Amino acid sequence: MNTTNRHLRNEKPLERGIQTKYINWFKVVCFIPLICWVFFLIIFPQFQLFVISFIKNRSPGEGIFFGNYVRFFSESLYWRVFLRTALYSIGTTAMALGVCFPTAYFLAKVAKGYSKLTLLLLIILPFWISELVRTYSWMIMLRETGVLNWILLKIGILKNPIEMLYNDYAIFVGLVYASMLFMLMPVYGVLEGLDDSLIEAAKDLGANRWTILWEVIWPHSIPGVTSGCIIVFMLTIGNYLTVTLLGGKNSLYFTETIYNQFNVAWNWNQGAAFGFLLLALSSIIVLLGLKLSNQKLTEVIR
Amino acid sequence: MSRTPGSSASLKVIYLLYIVAFLVFLFVPLVINGVLAFNDKDSPSLPWKGFTLDWFYSAHEERVGVFNDNIMMRAIGMSLRVALSVCVLSIVVGTLSSFLFVREKFWGKKFFHIAIIAPLVIPGIIIGISILVFFHGLIGVLRTLFGAQIARPFVKMLQPGFLPVVLGQFSFIGTVATLVISARLRKFPIELEEAAMDLGSTRWGAVLRVTVPYLLPSIIGAGVISFLLSFENFPITLFLIGHTPTIPIYLFSQLRFSLTPQINAISVVLMVGTSLLVLIGLGVMRLKKTK
Repeated sequence: MNTTNRHLRNEKPLERGIQTKYINWFKVVCFIPLICWVFFLIIFPQFQLFVISFIKNRSPGEGIFFGNYVRFFSESLYWRVFLRTALYSIGTTAMALGVCFPTAYFLAKVAKGYSKLTLLLLIILPFWISELVRTYSWMIMLRETGVLNWILLKIGILKNPIEMLYNDYAIFVGLVYASMLFMLMPVYGVLEGLDDSLIEAAKDLGANRWTILWEVIWPHSIPGVTSGCIIVFMLTIGNYLTVTLLGGKNSLYFTETIYNQFNVAWNWNQGAAFGFLLLALSSIIVLLGLKLSNQKLTEVIR
Repeated sequence: MSRTPGSSASLKVIYLLYIVAFLVFLFVPLVINGVLAFNDKDSPSLPWKGFTLDWFYSAHEERVGVFNDNIMMRAIGMSLRVALSVCVLSIVVGTLSSFLFVREKFWGKKFFHIAIIAPLVIPGIIIGISILVFFHGLIGVLRTLFGAQIARPFVKMLQPGFLPVVLGQFSFIGTVATLVISARLRKFPIELEEAAMDLGSTRWGAVLRVTVPYLLPSIIGAGVISFLLSFENFPITLFLIGHTPTIPIYLFSQLRFSLTPQINAISVVLMVGTSLLVLIGLGVMRLKKTK
C-alpha cells in the first residue's frame, strides 16, 4: 500500500507542486504573528519613544526639540542620578560576580551526586520566586522593628534599634540579592564544561592553586561571566521595585526619575528622553562587555 | 585527589563555611518571611507569639486573611488571567517562530532574529513606557482615521489594562519561549517529518502528528516559564496596568503604606505555588532528557 503510494507520488510532479504550495502557506502562517510581534511590540514602540523624546511637552507640531536632552545635562540632579545609577549597577554586577563565583565553582566541581542536585534545586527555586516577595523579605529583616534589629538587641550588640532600611546599603544588598542567581547560573554552566583533567594537569605541572585559578579556571569561565555580567547589569540598571522599596521615596535611582516623569510630572516627552538615555547607557555597556570578551549577543543568550 | 584549587584543610573549611553563608543569605530572609505569616501578632516581626492561621483565613475586620480579602483575590485573579494569556500566546507564537528560524530561509532572517532578541537586553521599564507611548499614539491615529464613535471599542482595548499588559509582557516572554522551543526543534530529525509526508500526510498533518509531539516537553517547559515570568512581572506591568492591578502591583502599592503579616501570608501562597510549578516544569524537562 505504502510503496504504491510513494510510487504514484514520484510519478506525478503535479503533486509535488501542490506540496510546495502547502509549504508556502505554512511559512505565511508562521510569519504573520512574528511580523506583528517584531513591528508592533518592539520596533515601532521603540521608534515612537525615540520620536517623542524630540518633541516639546504639550506642544506637538513645533518641530524638532532638543530641550528634553538639554535639560538632562543642564540640571545636575538628573545626570548625577544617572551616573549614580550606572555606578550602582556596575558595583552590583561586580559584587554579584564576587559572591557567586565561589558558589558556582563549588556546584560545578566540588559538590557531587545527590547533594549537587539538591543544592542546584535549592538555588534555582528562589530564582523563580517573585522579586516582590524577595524584596519584602528583606524589608522585614532590615526595618527598625525588623528581625535583624530584634536579634542584635537580644544578643546585646545594639542598645537601641536602628533603621537599616532606606539607605544605600539596603539598596545594594537588595540589588545583589535580586540578581545574583542570574550570575550564578551562566558561570556554573561554563565551569561545568571545564574538563577536570585540565586542572589535574596544571597541578601535575606544579602550578599552585592561585595559578590554576588565574590561568586555567578564569579564562575558561569568561563566556559565562560575560553573560552573567550582562544580564545582571541590565536587570540592575532597569530595576525599579527593589530600589524604591528598600531605598524609600528618594532613592535617587534613574528608573525612579523616569517613572516620576511619566506618572507624577506627566511629561512623557521628558520621560521618553530619559528612557532613551537609560537604554543608550545600558546598550553601550552591554556592547562594550561583548567587545571586551569577543562574544556575540546571540551566543550570550542561549 | 582534591579537585578544589586549594588542598590545605583550613582553606577547605573556609570554603565550606562560605557556601553555608551563601545559602543562609539566600534562604534566611525567605524562611523568616514565611514563618512570620503564622505568627500570632499584628506586625510581621519577632518575637514569636504563637501559631495562627488568621492571616490566611480570618474574616475579622482587624485581621483580614488573604483568602477573605476581596481586593487581594481580585488581584490574584487578574494575575492568573494575564499569566495564562501570556502563556498561551507565547507558546503559539514561540512554536511558529521556531519553525521559521530553524527550518525556513527568508529575507531579513538575521534582522528578525536580532529584533526578537532585543527585548531581553532592553530594561523592562523601557519596554513598558515604549508600549504605553506607542499604544497611546495608536489610539490617536485610530480616532482621527475612523472618528471617536467607531474607534471606541479599539480605544478601550488599547488603553492601559488587560490587553496592553498581556502584549507588553509577551514582547519579551515570547522571546524566551521561542529560544526554548527552537533549541529542541533544532535537534529534531527532519527525516521523520519527510517520512510522514511520503506516507501521504500533508505538511500540516506531519507537523501536528510528528513534530509537535516531539516538541511537547519543550512546549510545556516554555509554557511554565512564560507563566511564571508573567505572574511575577513588575516593570512592564507597572506602566500598562489599568484599574485592576496584578498581584505584584497591588502588593507594591500596599508596601508603601504598611507592612502586615497578611503580606507574609500571600508570600507563602506565592512561594508554594511557584515552587510547585517550578518542580513540575523541571520534571517535564527531565522527561525530555530521558526521551
